[in-house]
Amino acid sequence: MSRSGSGQTDPSRGTYIAVITNRSTTLVIRGFMLFSIGVFLALVLNLLQVQRNVTLFPPDVISSIFSSAWWVPPCCGTASAIIGLLYPCIDCRLGEPHKFKREWSSVMRCVAVFVGINHASAKVDFANNVQLSLTLAALSIGLWWTFDRSRSGFGLGVVIALLATLSTQLLVYNGVFQYTSPDFLYIRSWLPCIFFAGVITMGNIGRQLALYECKLMSEKAHQD
Amino acid sequence: MTVRERLREKISAAFYRHGLLCASYPVPIILFTSASILACCYPLLRLPLPGTGPVEFTTRVRDYTVPSHEPQGDLGERPDWYRGPPVAYIQQVLVKAAVSPWDSTLVPVDVFRSPLGRVFSLLEEIRNHVHNDGSGVRSLEALCLQVTDLLPGLRRMQTVLPEHGCLLVSPGNYWQNQRELFDSDPDLLKTVHQHEPKGLHTSATLRDLLFGVPVKHTGVSLYSRKRVVTYTITMVLGSYDARFLSSLRARLRQLHPSVNCSLREDHMVHVHFKEEIGMAELIPLVTTYIILFAYIYFSTRKIDMVKSKWGLALAAVVTVLSSLLMSVGLCTLFGLTPTLNGGEIFPYLVVVIGLENVLVLTKSVVSTPVDLEVKLRIAQGLSNESWSIMKNMATELCIILIGYFTLVPAIQEFCLFAVVGLVSDFFLQMFFFTTVLSIDIRRMELADLNRRLPAEAGMPPPKPGPLRPREAPPPPRPSPYTITLQTPAFRNLRLPKRLRVVYFLARTRLAQRFIMVGTVIWIGILAYTDPAGLRTYLAAQVSEQSPLGEGGAGGLPPHLGGASVFPGAGGDPASTLSVLPAPAEPTPLPENQSQGHHGAPREGVPHQAQAPPLVPQISWGAEDEEGWRRLSFRHWPSLFSYYNITLAKRYISILPVIPVTLHLSPREAIETRHPQDTRHPPPPSLKTNDLPADLTLYKVAALGLAAGVLLVLLLFCLYRVLCPRNYGQNGVAHGRRRRGDLPCDDYGYSPPISEISPLLLRGHSMDIECLASDGMLLASCCLAGQIRVWDAQTGDCLTVIPKHGLRRSSSSGCWEQRDGGGVFDEDEGYPLRRRTTPRPALFEDQPDLTPLIDTNFDSQPPSHLLLTPPRDGFDFGGLVERAYLEHEPPSPGLTASYPSPSPPSGPPPQRRRSLGYIQPPVPQGQGTPDWESAVWAMELRGNLIAAGRSSGKLELWDAVEGSLRCSNEDGVSGITALAFLNNRIVAARLDGSLDFFTVDINKPLGLLQYRGDNIPPSPCYSSEDVISCQLTRSVQCAHQKPITVLRAAAGRVVTGSQDHTVRVYRLEDSCCLFTLQGHSGGITAIYIDQTMVLASGGQDGAICLWDVLTGSRVSHVYGHRGDVTSLVCTTSCVISSGLDDLISIWDRSTGIKLYSIQQEVGCGASLGVISESLLVTGGQGCVSFWDLNFGDLLQTVYLGQSSDGQGVRQLVVLNNAAIVCDFGSELSLVYVPSVLEKLD
Repeated sequence: MSRSGSGQTDPSRGTYIAVITNRSTTLVIRGFMLFSIGVFLALVLNLLQVQRNVTLFPPDVISSIFSSAWWVPPCCGTASAIIGLLYPCIDCRLGEPHKFKREWSSVMRCVAVFVGINHASAKVDFANNVQLSLTLAALSIGLWWTFDRSRSGFGLGVVIALLATLSTQLLVYNGVFQYTSPDFLYIRSWLPCIFFAGVITMGNIGRQLALYECKLMSEKAHQD
Repeated sequence: MTVRERLREKISAAFYRHGLLCASYPVPIILFTSASILACCYPLLRLPLPGTGPVEFTTRVRDYTVPSHEPQGDLGERPDWYRGPPVAYIQQVLVKAAVSPWDSTLVPVDVFRSPLGRVFSLLEEIRNHVHNDGSGVRSLEALCLQVTDLLPGLRRMQTVLPEHGCLLVSPGNYWQNQRELFDSDPDLLKTVHQHEPKGLHTSATLRDLLFGVPVKHTGVSLYSRKRVVTYTITMVLGSYDARFLSSLRARLRQLHPSVNCSLREDHMVHVHFKEEIGMAELIPLVTTYIILFAYIYFSTRKIDMVKSKWGLALAAVVTVLSSLLMSVGLCTLFGLTPTLNGGEIFPYLVVVIGLENVLVLTKSVVSTPVDLEVKLRIAQGLSNESWSIMKNMATELCIILIGYFTLVPAIQEFCLFAVVGLVSDFFLQMFFFTTVLSIDIRRMELADLNRRLPAEAGMPPPKPGPLRPREAPPPPRPSPYTITLQTPAFRNLRLPKRLRVVYFLARTRLAQRFIMVGTVIWIGILAYTDPAGLRTYLAAQVSEQSPLGEGGAGGLPPHLGGASVFPGAGGDPASTLSVLPAPAEPTPLPENQSQGHHGAPREGVPHQAQAPPLVPQISWGAEDEEGWRRLSFRHWPSLFSYYNITLAKRYISILPVIPVTLHLSPREAIETRHPQDTRHPPPPSLKTNDLPADLTLYKVAALGLAAGVLLVLLLFCLYRVLCPRNYGQNGVAHGRRRRGDLPCDDYGYSPPISEISPLLLRGHSMDIECLASDGMLLASCCLAGQIRVWDAQTGDCLTVIPKHGLRRSSSSGCWEQRDGGGVFDEDEGYPLRRRTTPRPALFEDQPDLTPLIDTNFDSQPPSHLLLTPPRDGFDFGGLVERAYLEHEPPSPGLTASYPSPSPPSGPPPQRRRSLGYIQPPVPQGQGTPDWESAVWAMELRGNLIAAGRSSGKLELWDAVEGSLRCSNEDGVSGITALAFLNNRIVAARLDGSLDFFTVDINKPLGLLQYRGDNIPPSPCYSSEDVISCQLTRSVQCAHQKPITVLRAAAGRVVTGSQDHTVRVYRLEDSCCLFTLQGHSGGITAIYIDQTMVLASGGQDGAICLWDVLTGSRVSHVYGHRGDVTSLVCTTSCVISSGLDDLISIWDRSTGIKLYSIQQEVGCGASLGVISESLLVTGGQGCVSFWDLNFGDLLQTVYLGQSSDGQGVRQLVVLNNAAIVCDFGSELSLVYVPSVLEKLD
């Protein structure tokens, strides 16, 4: 037994190196997946918001997809990649691995609810902006409670949502970016909640991807 | 707390009873549920069907008034959208114009130039028409719909479509309604075409909008055969004035009379448009649906361990969908009409209701003990999950109720639907899904039962693996030997999804059937639908191509073109295909053949429509009445949308068309000609009018056939790719098994036969008793006390201990002394060892190793054996006594019948089990090396063999040189088990004591670095080393009864004894850490590995899992009837075999039995795990490989030619993915190629 143990040191070091190199490539892959998910969601949700203001027959679908500034979807993608990588990392650092509902079906449910929240904010006519804000806040917190329930997730979500809202406001005040909609308060009222829900969703996806990767790693280790 | 507990208990009990009910009466409950679903969905019938097509409503023109806004109850057939004024009234003036008579001097452009030119005068007429009666003067300006700017994106249409004025469109818009522009336009067609969009377009094009008739019917083309130009002038009126319109109609009719026009003018059609889903809305919708399907996919993927996974997934989806339908139906029943877009909120509703409960239920029911009755399993599973289900449901209801209090109407409605949906989903789960689950589980058990009854019928006879002994391949086995397999349902366990789909397709021949059905449907479509369409299409084409000029007589059907002419109504298809019936004209000549006649029609009066044979026929048919129907249904919405007017959920009223017939003289046509018009070539002559039609028919048929063949080929290829196996031919010509393919005879595949062939190691003369290996070397010891060391890689015999010659002479001498009988050669000494066949061939073809072996045993340097000087003469009393003791013949007559004091015939019973009634042997004499006492235990580490003898003596042999390095005689009781770990040897003795030895390697003085305790973990001894073995500690009363099992790993030594206890010692200080009690019988099997997992099995059939760190029992299951004979663990499961010939696989963490494999009676109890998923078991003369994940028998490898008697009792898995097992007196080395592949 001891002999076999000593014999295995060399290959195990080799696999360790392989795992290390693997890890960086998988990190890149994961980041890329998160980025593309973020870009896609940004485009689709932007379309939802655009629908609120356009007529029934938009002259050109493609132009309405890319109606906002060109850098918005990449920004969303980058942000979602960062968030999606940050969440498992923070779980790892805090030493409390996220165990709640770690399944793809749950993640899909979460994404669906997130799109639903967007849909509601775009389609449903609210009486006033306070009502809109309150409803969206309740929905977002419900999303967190249903799919996350981790304190770190909540904290990170709130912080990122606040930062994102602040930066958007700064951009708007500096004139880099402007809201298409004339009712300025309307957008300001849903923006933080949407950001929060988006952070929770992307974190969920990122965690699930990380978990998948972990599983892959452990399987590989077992095989070795 | 207590209330909660009580509530929980009550809920659990209620669920239990409910589960019993559901499982007891499945059919009535399913009927009841279906009835209630249908009843709840009944109100849905009254809801309008979704669809975005426009809806029409026809009223009479005569008494038309603008409908009021208030709904009027009594008007039954009036639709509810017919309220208030329409967006606009559409008045079309349908112009048909032709140059007549047609002259051969005319060029093709003349067909449409002058008719189109007339549009300007008509427009002038219409614009300037003023109706004056008593009430005032009305003109078009006052009535028409005034439009403003076009949408910003439509700049390029600005020149064509009117802005800031009446919405009045006509072909004249191409030229800004100016005659001068038209006249100076050299190429009219180019002007028309330059506004057409490039590529595919789905909605109405500008050409459609301006001409008001489909492009095909306009006749504005160089190749038009009819030479009749059709277009409309479309007026969009904002208000309705019957008198103005009728005066306009009368005026136009008066100016341009249409002789044979019989259009009805008394109906106006109101067209209501639904809200249309644009592309921009479709993308998020499609996204949500994709997410929904991903959710359903990932959810149903988790259903496992059921008979029909697909069936249950379907049931789950049906549950959710029908609960949604029920909720909508119930809400409608109580007067709440859905206002939300159903398609949009549907995915969210599904997600909110979710499939979780269904999956939880399935998992819970499936994880109940398999041996329970179905009813009880369902009930137990339900009651286990009752609390969580109720809790989840309450939580969801609460969340939805919170949503209800947001007081936003849309959200409230959504919540209402969701609440009703949740409740009905719960109802359906409890009644529908539970029942379906019970049926499924019952089916599974039935399938198990069926599988068990015809034990050998279900499986294809596996062929024996090709044997490869050294000499010659044996003939194939006459009667193949099968191992029956149990519980096939569990074999679906953890199959990869992809494979499962493929297997499903293969099993049900789905691809074949799809191809068949697809072909049949396709042929059917070809035979019925397409030819009909083809025929009308051909008829239209033929009529278009036919020269209508010569058929001037009234007998001719006026108009054959158009989609409304169906052959079924018209009579025989011949008349539709042949276009020239023409009863009035005796010889109707095609136009291009009648070139010679042109002189005669020249004299004809040009303005007479009916006179000459070459006058293009202008006919008015029923299809002109509502010509707008032939346009795209997006025609009007797109026209209005250019001005940012939506027609969604509104309606327009279309007034009856005003027909205008224009006949132009050739002279006029020539006069209006543009100079460039003549450069267009004349139309190609048409020699054969019918041939193109036939050709088209053949072309279409050939193309269709080709496409069909291609489709079939494609599907066939797809099918071959998906199901590459030729199932149905079991076990014939299977190639080398690829890595990804898993065999599964459930799906019609036979286990593949790969090139696993055993390597027989021969040399022992008696049954092999002990087997030890360290991966590189392999040591075996037979009943005769001979130890052989083999190379585990090649199977070569390296060493024989004791040396052969000495052994032979001494044994014969001994027997001479003792019995006074004949001289027995060793090879002949045990002729009756085997019960039935002594297999003489085996001994004859055995390679004579005698010359290879150094038989000079006496020359062995006795210097190492200082403690035990060799005695002169050997006493074999011990050996005989041991044989007697060991096998303890109950009747002395049996032994007397044997000619020699050999052990009794037949395979000796397993020694571990027979230990219970072995008397402690008489202490032996202190001779070294003592050949007289048997080796009872052996271990191999490095190149040291530790052998424990029945005399209580521990010997250390050099495995390579075959020399005795050291021995220890401190104990007197026989050593029953040995463990050799690092530099320590632990010996368990028959009297229950446990001895700890330390092996010290003292290098010669020059090599000091290995002195003392710095012994490397991997001992490598050179022949110069002085090896000493010292007893460090002896635990006298480790157990009350003989120690049966001894295992050491991870610094722990675990012993199991007949006294029902397991003890754990620490290896370093031989201190007893725990005494584990829990078995109610003697311990028969123990497993411990580096991960500190400890499993023990006893004579009571129980298996216990222990935590070695704390000494607590993790789980305790009764797995076998009778002794547990062997235990192995993998990282995920525990595998046990018992005397009841059952191999059971348990989940290591939960202790739940995953499945069990029934083996044949009398199979060996040996087990080995090669990799995480490959299990090997020893059988009667064979070893079987099993896939642990699926419980599949992968292969059975036969070790010898004859199948009788020889069970594999010991089985050692080597590091290099080979296994070694004993097979009578032979060893069998079996390489497992697939595993080797995997390890690479």
